[in-house]
Amino acid sequence: MTVSPNSVSPDYFASPADADTLARLRDKLGLAAEAEGLLDIAYTTVDSPVGALLLAATPKGLIRVAYDIEDHDRVLDALSQLVSPRVLRAPRRLDAAARELGEYFSGHRQVFDLPLDLSLSRGFRQLVQRHLPQIGYGQTLTYGQVAELVGNPKAVRAVGTACATNPLPVVVPCHRVLRADGTIGGYVGGPGAKATLLRLEAA
Amino acid sequence: MTVSVRQPFEKVVEQHGGTVLRVCRVLLGVHDAQDAWSETFLAAMRAYPGLPDDANAEAWLVTIAHRKAIDVLRARSRQPAPVEAVPDAPTGLGVPGAGDADLWQAVRSLPDRQRQAVAYHYVAGLPYAEIARIIGGTTDAARRAAADGIKNLRKNYPGAALKGAPA
Repeated sequence: MTVSPNSVSPDYFASPADADTLARLRDKLGLAAEAEGLLDIAYTTVDSPVGALLLAATPKGLIRVAYDIEDHDRVLDALSQLVSPRVLRAPRRLDAAARELGEYFSGHRQVFDLPLDLSLSRGFRQLVQRHLPQIGYGQTLTYGQVAELVGNPKAVRAVGTACATNPLPVVVPCHRVLRADGTIGGYVGGPGAKATLLRLEAA
Repeated sequence: MTVSVRQPFEKVVEQHGGTVLRVCRVLLGVHDAQDAWSETFLAAMRAYPGLPDDANAEAWLVTIAHRKAIDVLRARSRQPAPVEAVPDAPTGLGVPGAGDADLWQAVRSLPDRQRQAVAYHYVAGLPYAEIARIIGGTTDAARRAAADGIKNLRKNYPGAALKGAPA
């Protein structure tokens, strides 16, 4: 083998143990960033009966739950733009949310008790999203009924938009809002996911 | 006008974490490399929102690692270092499967600028102009430091499988 005099492989200082070392260093970075108040957004992913869910939280609370079909990378890019680019995969902050979701999907939890950060929504949309948890587990309302609930009975379409742009699906139960004709209506996680959640809650 | 997307910091760690670890290893040895890595990325995360959109993230990270490594070396020279006094012996501190005690000894015995130039050019793949900006001096001087560093490594560590071109 000939050795070219002016080149050296950058891999020469690599090690097969690097992947483990880096994984450990990245965990440590998450903890240090949290301790230093630099972790503006922590995220993790959890498996669920409706596919992998992305969970993201600010120090204030859970800010985003995202379905696979929303494309988690795009969701993280959007959070980076809208909130802060100091984003790390750091599961610890999401421990409570992950646990409560697990309990919900196994039928052992009907109400979420988590601090929420609703700052991704403004105005009427946020107003609607604040009211949605009033629809109890296993109950459903129509878009029109939700419009009445928030004191603006004519704003049926705007309620539809507020549900469609809910940044915290499952936890903020927009899946409990149906069309007036009883059909299931749209859903950020796709109609299949909405049906799965309603079936789960009806059981 | 295009809207630039400041990607999540997690992507920066994912893309450059390995290179920065190898750079820190060349600068400091296996021992202190991990601390320098941690300090580098914590400082980078703090400064990240203010990083200019057109900045080269890897050069930026290497610049931070350069400063952190100097801090580590200064701190080490200020305190008595019993570890340094122990004669070299095989330990578990080596990198399994990559290099060996002789290589690290050869790297450690390089003058600082040669070691830095080797790390930044051959490990991080930075152009010499960028390296000159980090370590000071001219582009030609940076090129010479890297070439001399490699020559010295070959001389002091004949077994080195120093091959392949930098990416």
